[in-house]
Amino acid sequence: MTMKLSKTSKGFLINIGVTLAAILASFIVGAFFILLVGVNPLSVYWKLFEGIVLNPYGLAQTLFKATPLIMTGLAIALGFKANIFNIGAEGQMVVGGFVCAWLGFTFSGLPAFFLVPLCILGAFLGGVLWAAVPAILKVRTGAHEVITTIMMNFIALALTNYLVTYFFHLPETVHTQLTSQAAFLPRLDQYISAFKGSPANVTLFLAVALCAAFWWLIWKTPYGYETRAIGLNPSAAETGGINIRRNILLTFLISGGLSGLAATNFIMGYKHYFEEGFSQGVGFMGIAVALVGQNNPFGIIFAALLFGALSHGTLVINALVPKDIIQILQALVIFFVISANLLIKKYTAKLNEDRS
Amino acid sequence: METTETFAIELSGVTKRFGGIYANKDASLKVRKGEIHALVGENGAGKSTLMKILYGMYRPDAGEIKVNGRAVTLKSPKDAIDLRIGMVHQYFMLVKTLTVAENVVLGEEPVKNGFSMDYAGAREETRRLIEKFNLLLDPDALVSNLSVGEEQRLEILKILYRKADILILDEPTAVLTPQEIKYFFDIIRKLSSEGKTVVLITHKLKEVLALSGSVTVMRQGATVARVETAGATESSLAQLMVGRPVVFQVERAPRTKEELEKSDTALSVRELKAMSAKGHAALNGLSLEIKKGEIFGIAGVEGNGQSELIEILTGLKRPVSGSVVMLGKDIDFSRNSPRRMFDSGIAHIPEDRHKKGLVLDYSVAENLILGRHREPAFSTMTAIDFKSVAAFSAKAAGDYGIYPPRTDLRAGALSGGNQQKIVVARELSREPRLLIVSQPTRGVDVGAIEFIHKKIIETRDLGCAVLLISAELSEILSLSDRVGVIYRGQLAGVFGAGEVGEEQLGLLMMGGKA
Amino acid sequence: MNEFLQIFTLALLGTTIRISIPYILAALGATVSELGGVVNIGLEGLILIGAFCSVLGNHLTGNPWLGVLCAVAGGMLFAELHAVVCIKFRANQIISGLALNIMAVGVTKFFLKYFFHSSSNSGRISGLPRWDIPFLSGVPVLGDIVSNPLILITLLLIFAVFYTVYKTPFGLRLRAVGENPEAADTLGVNVYKMRYAGVLISGALAALGGVWLAYDQHQFTDGMSGGRGYIALTAMIFGKWNPLLAALASLFFGFAEAIQIQLQTIGVDLPVQFIQMIPYVLTIVVLAGSFSKSTAPSADGVPYEKQ
Repeated sequence: MTMKLSKTSKGFLINIGVTLAAILASFIVGAFFILLVGVNPLSVYWKLFEGIVLNPYGLAQTLFKATPLIMTGLAIALGFKANIFNIGAEGQMVVGGFVCAWLGFTFSGLPAFFLVPLCILGAFLGGVLWAAVPAILKVRTGAHEVITTIMMNFIALALTNYLVTYFFHLPETVHTQLTSQAAFLPRLDQYISAFKGSPANVTLFLAVALCAAFWWLIWKTPYGYETRAIGLNPSAAETGGINIRRNILLTFLISGGLSGLAATNFIMGYKHYFEEGFSQGVGFMGIAVALVGQNNPFGIIFAALLFGALSHGTLVINALVPKDIIQILQALVIFFVISANLLIKKYTAKLNEDRS
Repeated sequence: METTETFAIELSGVTKRFGGIYANKDASLKVRKGEIHALVGENGAGKSTLMKILYGMYRPDAGEIKVNGRAVTLKSPKDAIDLRIGMVHQYFMLVKTLTVAENVVLGEEPVKNGFSMDYAGAREETRRLIEKFNLLLDPDALVSNLSVGEEQRLEILKILYRKADILILDEPTAVLTPQEIKYFFDIIRKLSSEGKTVVLITHKLKEVLALSGSVTVMRQGATVARVETAGATESSLAQLMVGRPVVFQVERAPRTKEELEKSDTALSVRELKAMSAKGHAALNGLSLEIKKGEIFGIAGVEGNGQSELIEILTGLKRPVSGSVVMLGKDIDFSRNSPRRMFDSGIAHIPEDRHKKGLVLDYSVAENLILGRHREPAFSTMTAIDFKSVAAFSAKAAGDYGIYPPRTDLRAGALSGGNQQKIVVARELSREPRLLIVSQPTRGVDVGAIEFIHKKIIETRDLGCAVLLISAELSEILSLSDRVGVIYRGQLAGVFGAGEVGEEQLGLLMMGGKA
Repeated sequence: MNEFLQIFTLALLGTTIRISIPYILAALGATVSELGGVVNIGLEGLILIGAFCSVLGNHLTGNPWLGVLCAVAGGMLFAELHAVVCIKFRANQIISGLALNIMAVGVTKFFLKYFFHSSSNSGRISGLPRWDIPFLSGVPVLGDIVSNPLILITLLLIFAVFYTVYKTPFGLRLRAVGENPEAADTLGVNVYKMRYAGVLISGALAALGGVWLAYDQHQFTDGMSGGRGYIALTAMIFGKWNPLLAALASLFFGFAEAIQIQLQTIGVDLPVQFIQMIPYVLTIVVLAGSFSKSTAPSADGVPYEKQ
């Protein structure tokens, strides 16, 4: 029993160690870009640290940015468990956001007690709806979800753009009208005064609760057992009597729903309307979050905080260096982490070898 | 005499480790020029690894390789090809979307005007070789349309195009029909008469005796003997392979005709017709009946409908027509699923444990409940009861001698025999009334084979009906109460225990009349 | 009236060509990369890099042809990044492609600010000198477009890629490596080398697509690839991984957009969003149908691990 613990924990440490090393490497490579434009990278990185970690407002902004990332990260991680690559989180989030906002300003007579859950459910179902097409196609015809979800992203953008432009935009603006006040979710600065001015809001708690639910679903329930089995060996799962089509369909839909929920942060907690581009690539960045977080809910929280902090960091360092260095850093983190997976595999294999 | 002779191949002291496991340990091989040499051994004895080292696919950890008397280092297949060594792998290495000629010239294409493919030249050279060695292939045929036998001849053709003098063939007859095997033997003899050296990896001793001039026997990664075929017999070679006298008999009392007649029918299959995944007719009106407490063995060359029959009986496939009455219930194929089949009292030990039997990245415990995880004993809708899973798996590991007895290990970390024991333990602990078993001892060590055979017979003795499908005739004959021969999707004959021998079965398997 | 119609058709043809060129070039790139077995979703980013590098090269040297060269070099450099991550480190090719797109946006904007002190666009640059084609160059509207050397280069590249893929040993090996790398490996074909080659070629081709965009607008603007890399990807699927058919599919998508633009100029307001959706909806329909299933290379997207 002690053997087992030390072995798994060692594998775990390798995993974390290599991932952290990969992140460090990205910052080192990023430093070269900063040097290229004649700025001291250390001063940029110090500024980042100062503006995010040592500053309560920066912290709040990080939480705000991390909230939807946690949800799309979970969405993509859930897909990965069943070997589904849901690149459609972006489109699912956009549709979820549209449905959420639409419910919010259409049923404006409802009290918060009904409207809040309705809007949250709407965001979820919007995502489910948008995941349904690729999910059904995958199960029925075997059409690969990577391409179909990318296509669905573009269709979602074009469709919501059409709806807003032709039907729902407020005159002189490119966004819809505001939702009913009843659908506004409280901001955290109501409770923590140091967060003053930050739109960080209570959807953060929804995100954290979803992490806990994810963990329980994947590791404790028969559904999770089946999902993991399908991801690792679909053929054995099917032979063993698991209904893999039903599971893949269900998993894909839940994944879409989680992506849809990511819209609540912006719609219900921040601007209270739908506008084109509100998702800001959060669906795509969710892939990076799932990846860096190793498809583990706690890892995902960590990764979402990292990417959220970087995302807020653009404002912090803008005066020192072109803020786009942040995007370069984000890309570098992805490159290094996916490349490092090979090292993790090698080390873990070696660990198994030494002990067996 | 032998010391002054130059050998086409001389391997000595070859050692290769994968992870912590020795695939080859101080292995050696000597092959004379122009002879057909057989390399034999049980599954996992290290034959393929040794040959992949010779072909430059693996680098040995230690050892010396001499080709035509000269010491060489092989870094990649390219080096082997340059030394005129060619290899036909057990699993064919063909590019399905290309033509025969394209597959032949790939990597050494004839070129015209500096950079274009000389397709006419490629075709012509391919045709010339086909005719010279009587390989019966069309240079312009797409590989995806070839039969298995044709694919194999194409593999040989690829080697000949590269002017190989040394041909390594890994289990070449495993996938061939008897007719194709005969034709294949002719080609090998033809190659030998043209002065080519042939190394034949096999575990079929009859082929060794029929074809080869000399034999190297491997066991557990090491070379245990090199003998001239002329002085060898099937049993002497088998003994060398296994390391002890081989008892092909399993202790059991076959059911008598009277016993079987009194027993109830567990499975009745009527006029079953089905298509293969590729869309060919796989089952052509197959019928059979199995009684409770009987082992019904099905012998046959692979690809005659066995897989489709199993898939239908386990709910993975729907037939075109026909009926199945299983344990008294008429199966409704439109609503069929593996889950329903399991619920109705069957158990299934699938043919390929890596592909279908196990999730290698799951722990032994998790694998022991695969397919049973929804049973009330192990879970509710909302949670798996890991305590009861642990208790169950610890008991199963003990009962079935799964080693090491630690159910938290990754299943992939266990040996082939112990992995198979996980599958057997899981399926038999369902206490099935109908057990469907396919190739239960493929790639399993001798100790585990005996154990698994014993368990299957115990299950029968408890009154379970057993459908046993195996490519090993000896396994079929030693376990079955009745034996059926499957040929082109139909049963070509059914016999009681002791009514039939290997010869007769072999003949029926090839479509002959008994 | 007759004259109006004539100009209308010529303008339509011209717009079709103008819109299609980057699609064609990137789709050719996608095809070459995927035939070799590496999925390249990073085309979008490679187009962007190509556009930026051409402008920068042109700006720094004053020579538009050196700008083209810079674009090809830049495209290949970034493709090399994708290749190393996917081939050497056997990472997920989709994720690497997405990261490449993020990287490209970041890098171009970063250096846009450094070199041009703007976060939205570069300074104005000159285009390539005209290559007058007898007769055609005199045609109104169309003449200006066909006299662009990149048109002729694109046309040549379509046939060069087609010929290379199907008629040369390189192409045979490339296709073999994408279909069954292990088989190619056992015949002494260097799988890694072939795959690197496929990805690098795709980088060069997509970058040329970016050159077209930048030179057409005589400047670089932020995010000017505008989803064209993904359209190219759909053209490749639509073209069943055949370079010629992929080019035709690109033309078709360009044609659909051109029609929408022409309709708008004569006052018919067809919602642009629905025209934009065409390639995406069609691709989903194609993927849902059964006929496209077997056309993707078997080992497309699967990292190869040498034993």
